[in-house]
Amino acid sequence: MDAVFGNWRWRKWAGHAGLAASLVVLLAPVVFVFFWVISLSLKYDIDNTAYPPIFIPDEITWVNFRKLFEETPFFLYFWNSVQVSGGATAAALLLGVPAGYGIAKSKAHSMAVLMLISRMTPGLSYLIPLFTLFQMIGLIGTVLPIAITHIVITLPIVVYIMIGYFESLPVELEEAARIDGCTTWQTFLHVALPLARPGIVVGAILSFIYSWNNFVFGAVFAGRTTRTMPVAVYNMLTFEQFAWGPLAAAAIVVMLPVLILTIFIQKEIVGGLTAGGVKGA
Amino acid sequence: MNTTAQQTAGAAIAAPAGAKLAKPRYHWFVIPGLLVTLAIIIFPWVFTVWMSLHEWKLGGAAQWVGLRNYVELASNQRFLESIWHTFYFTAVAVVLPLILGTYAAVVFHREFPFRGVLRTIFIMPMMATPVAIALVWTMMFHPQLGVLNYLLGLVGIGPSEWVFARHTVIPSLALVEVWLWTPFVMIIVLGGLAAVPTEPYESALLDGATQWQMFWRITFPLVLPFIVVAGIIRTIDALKAFEVIYVISNGGPGTASETINLYLYSQAFAYYNVGNASAVVVVFFAIIVVLSLVLLWARERAKWNT
Repeated sequence: MDAVFGNWRWRKWAGHAGLAASLVVLLAPVVFVFFWVISLSLKYDIDNTAYPPIFIPDEITWVNFRKLFEETPFFLYFWNSVQVSGGATAAALLLGVPAGYGIAKSKAHSMAVLMLISRMTPGLSYLIPLFTLFQMIGLIGTVLPIAITHIVITLPIVVYIMIGYFESLPVELEEAARIDGCTTWQTFLHVALPLARPGIVVGAILSFIYSWNNFVFGAVFAGRTTRTMPVAVYNMLTFEQFAWGPLAAAAIVVMLPVLILTIFIQKEIVGGLTAGGVKGA
Repeated sequence: MNTTAQQTAGAAIAAPAGAKLAKPRYHWFVIPGLLVTLAIIIFPWVFTVWMSLHEWKLGGAAQWVGLRNYVELASNQRFLESIWHTFYFTAVAVVLPLILGTYAAVVFHREFPFRGVLRTIFIMPMMATPVAIALVWTMMFHPQLGVLNYLLGLVGIGPSEWVFARHTVIPSLALVEVWLWTPFVMIIVLGGLAAVPTEPYESALLDGATQWQMFWRITFPLVLPFIVVAGIIRTIDALKAFEVIYVISNGGPGTASETINLYLYSQAFAYYNVGNASAVVVVFFAIIVVLSLVLLWARERAKWNT
């Protein structure tokens, strides 16, 4: 009896140790990269290019962040990104929420095939024709073409998440509304839409994040004053190869909004509701 | 209780009345979204195919050349090499995340303190802005001052040239992609694990099976369909990878890490060689579709075997 009990206890302890070791192995690379970018952003450039590297400096400094906002119009880029991602997300909600409802209700899953095709299409293949088109109409140089192309990213995410959400709603309430004389449109507006609010929030946040993160569309369409945040950061890299402090500060400023948004919807992301919608284009 | 009663009542009313109500039509909900999708997908497609049959530098006049752009691609050494680079990068950037992501899913499926917080930290890479992450890795890869070579030195491994040498550049870039997208695989497999029933484990435990045996005999076969789905999506995304490569190596040194997408970008937006670039897009899309179909077929096969 005692031997069995001892064995059981030993196995339990070994299980805990194994779990802890696994967690360290899995999380160390993630934590280290984020730690390192924070470390770089809070050190003077002398410390950043020291070898062996200085992990935690004796003295931290905010000079990199100050330089970033004083020497580059980062607030303008931030505002551009907000306009592009906000606009593309709004358009995606306007088009995608009803579309998701229609697909969920009529079980028209051929739309899903269209979305798979849009995922397979290389993002750059949209760019050549649209670039040519926008240049002909003379839209290049405003944020509008960037926002329009970002619908390629945001719309599939919203549609995908809304299909899943509307399918999970109970049908009885909508049937009752229709018996009371509501039209299909009224049923959608007054019954299904309020119920789907949590799904809409998740879809909006997720499509905003992936639009915010997108680089290629902005890189092709953006002029000097219409750069989005990722494009601005990339430009800093090409011009300031060795100013690691300001570069790290810029990286943090770009990522911070989406990482904060992620915390709000982490449960839904891990819950798998959004798995297929992630990274649309 | 209350909701159940309501639901039953609703269903009871709906059943007889449902027959009298006209079948609701939903096409007006879908049409606006469909039109926009068609406009931003179909229009570029038609345009791309049309342009691929022309010799056209942006600003000049388009000239019909038939299939010449395609014929030239078949003997274009740089393009053919870019296909090989793409496959090499994709293989690493798919296989490693599948292994690590499945492992992570098994770990995060267990109950332990701070699981929610640690899981949120673990998914941060896939939500972070890829350009910013690529920039951080660029600084870490630096052969003299980079932190990675210092860390290698700590465990007694000599320094690497990382993205600055021809033979290490593609695995190094793929490493960043692995870092970014392992959480994506984890999430999909975690969804699979949530659906796995507990009974097989209970009887296996009674039979004295080890953890290792239980994983390979029970867990793995049950979540395999999810791993395959993750593999398909990951393959599509890795074939199309752009930011990480463009920011960190820009296809270099020389053209050692130039993938199809990078070649395409330089043809279209550095040389404005629109006709040739359009032909590359068509071939690129064909490669993605064929590979996806092969994987979908493999998934069907995997289903039949179980």
